[in-house]
Amino acid sequence: MTPTRKRRLTLFLGILAGVSLAVGIAIYALQDNLLYFQSPSDVIARNIEPGQKFRLGGLVERGSVQRDPQTLLASFDVTDGKETIRVEYQGILPDLFAEGQGVIAHGRLAGSGQFVADDVLAKHDETYMAPEVADALERAGHPVKKKLSDSETVASGGR
Amino acid sequence: MLAELGQVSLILALLLALQQSVLPLWGSYSGNQQLQLLSRPLSYGMLGFITLAFVLLTSAFITQDFSVEYVARNSNSLLPMQYRISAVWGGHEGSLLLWCLVLAIWIAAVARFSAALPLQFLARVSAVLGMVAAAFLLFILFTSNPFGRLLPTPADGADLNPLLQDPGLIIHPPMLYMGYVGMAVPFAFAIAALLGGRMESGWVRWCRPWTLTAWAFLTAGIALGSWWAYYELGWGGWWFWDPVENASFMPWLIGTALVHSLAVTEKRKVFQNWTLLLAITAFSLSLLGTFLVRSGALTSVHAFASDPTRGIFILAMLGFFAGGALTLFALRAHTLKPDTGIGLYSRETMLLLNNVLFAAATGMVLLGTLYPLLADALKLGKISVGPPYFGTLFIVLMIPVVLLMPLGPVTRWRQGNWMELRQHARNMALAAAGIAVLLLLLLNPAGVRGWLGVIVAAWLMIGSVWYLWQRSRSSRDGAPRRWEFGMALAHFGVGVFVVGVSMVESSEIQKDLRMQVGDTVTVGQYDYHFADSRNVQGPNYLAARGVFEVRRSGDTELVARMLPEKRRYAAGGSIMTDAAIEPGLTRDLYVALGEPLDGENPAQVWSVRIYTKPFVRWIWGGALLILLGALLSASDRRYRLQQTASARVITTPAAPAGANAGA
Repeated sequence: MTPTRKRRLTLFLGILAGVSLAVGIAIYALQDNLLYFQSPSDVIARNIEPGQKFRLGGLVERGSVQRDPQTLLASFDVTDGKETIRVEYQGILPDLFAEGQGVIAHGRLAGSGQFVADDVLAKHDETYMAPEVADALERAGHPVKKKLSDSETVASGGR
Repeated sequence: MLAELGQVSLILALLLALQQSVLPLWGSYSGNQQLQLLSRPLSYGMLGFITLAFVLLTSAFITQDFSVEYVARNSNSLLPMQYRISAVWGGHEGSLLLWCLVLAIWIAAVARFSAALPLQFLARVSAVLGMVAAAFLLFILFTSNPFGRLLPTPADGADLNPLLQDPGLIIHPPMLYMGYVGMAVPFAFAIAALLGGRMESGWVRWCRPWTLTAWAFLTAGIALGSWWAYYELGWGGWWFWDPVENASFMPWLIGTALVHSLAVTEKRKVFQNWTLLLAITAFSLSLLGTFLVRSGALTSVHAFASDPTRGIFILAMLGFFAGGALTLFALRAHTLKPDTGIGLYSRETMLLLNNVLFAAATGMVLLGTLYPLLADALKLGKISVGPPYFGTLFIVLMIPVVLLMPLGPVTRWRQGNWMELRQHARNMALAAAGIAVLLLLLLNPAGVRGWLGVIVAAWLMIGSVWYLWQRSRSSRDGAPRRWEFGMALAHFGVGVFVVGVSMVESSEIQKDLRMQVGDTVTVGQYDYHFADSRNVQGPNYLAARGVFEVRRSGDTELVARMLPEKRRYAAGGSIMTDAAIEPGLTRDLYVALGEPLDGENPAQVWSVRIYTKPFVRWIWGGALLILLGALLSASDRRYRLQQTASARVITTPAAPAGANAGA
């Protein structure tokens, strides 16, 4: 092997090692931070263990929202039409949170079967439903009947 | 009638763009000068027609012409005038029109300010830009026409999304697009160089100011977006690693690598291939960002529009431009000058490290952003990647960047000297240690990360000052030039930014509370008295407004009266939080109303967010300095010299006096 070739080989192997290391670290960090989306039916069917972090999505059951009179603790049912999970959240619910609307909660199951959320997301645009939630409702046999708001009536009127 | 005129002028612009993509290119191969000279009038004509279309759409908004579907969906008779204008780019179709307008401005600017370029080269650059313009005009006309009519005409429009009714949103998209679209210029320069099979001696010198300007606008756009999210979303964060933020951040990261690798290519004529590849990547990532935002492929707070045909169109465009450019690169890259070896302790090595780290950061963001899409396509489940992934990896990758940043500019070109570098490092470290102690005493950050951040910031800021001082001390090269001030200013800005991030992340106080009118709470060093809650009527909304009186603890003097609002917009009934912010150089006070808690007495009891955000403004202040530094560099005299001069300078062997000779 000529010195040039040798140097190139070393360089190549060095770069390869560096890249593999970087990719390895990235994938490791990625695996650690992946949040799976689960519908209430998924939670029941897959028997998810308490303590495991995931995203729970569905509709907020009408009439289910309760608030603690002293603190910011709120609890409500999330449903996909088939199964229902009780969610507990300590904090301020987002502006678009409402009964009958789609919601995604980040958190984990407690031993009692309740879902303890550290974050609750509702969409900014009230005509819009997160694709995961729409998909979950569909799988549970409750396809989303698109609620036609004024803006959508206008928009579809032209087509 | 006017709307139809708008559509016609878009079609005319498309015809010009198609000619622009073909004729000058053809001329550049056949040697026909007339054809090559066409690029300039075609550019101006395109700008004229797109401007006309844009003005017509704007006038439809101002006159509230609800027979235009796009106006009906994004405006309302109650909408205040300034938001009627910004509503032009408040939806998908209009923001694409803005995209095209900005592109036309860049193309016309290239045509106007590139008299020094060889005609053949300019013709090819223009043709590539013409292709980009043609693709986007086709996209508008076939999938996203803003001038479509709506019959029967509705009595009123649906209103602009309330989140977008905000002064920040008037300037954020145009700035961001100036940056996004501006990356098309270095892309076109790279393609023209590859078509010619060589990098002309002045190539970098022509390309650099354009790249720096586009990158400066991108910086401004991202910073404005972050500022908007901070005050408008109502939860006081400044960066969320949201897919759409990432979409604009990736071209910025690669653009950062590009502006640095251009420095090496200009000075030492090495890294040529790499520079071209970065230019191609930067624009490809801009297109990818457009795809991610516009196709609605990602779940994001920004993903308003979702339409699969649009996504497929942009994907095809991305495939054409990125695929075509990379193929060309593979075919032609070997014709360029191969790199010679570089010294270990040289400025080249420093800039190489910068490039490797920024490229790695881009790859990391790309992986995290696309992984959920990939997993969904492969049926691995619906996944989202949590912000800690991005946060952790990004910090890990940026630690070497900030540690090396002050050293780069004082390292010599070609063959640096370890002893000398160590000398510089030691002096800077001593000075930085002094400043760091002072800063730590003044700022008093909480926690180890805050301490480390402030120390790093001191190191960065001292690095810039030290560089300028060294430069002005050596009389041989004359006073520091404008680009050198620009670089020092931008690097200093990174230090300012790091102060802001470290202080906010380590020392902010966030309290979510239940408060009744009459309550007083203490958060940080301030007492917040919830004095009153009343209803107020805005132009197109009804709001509940809280009145908070803020005093320093133990003091009776009023610091601020803060008026956070919860608004319900008349059209559509969406609810919006309008946070009250008391800004300051060293801290922001932030109060936002959550939700009314007591069903019987709705205006009296609220959940309330009260935050103290120390030094949060320094985050955007730092970005502003980076932007100013880039513009200062871009306006340096040497980029405006004529061709002959640039050719002369570049053939001069690089001066050994590394730190003093220039990047």
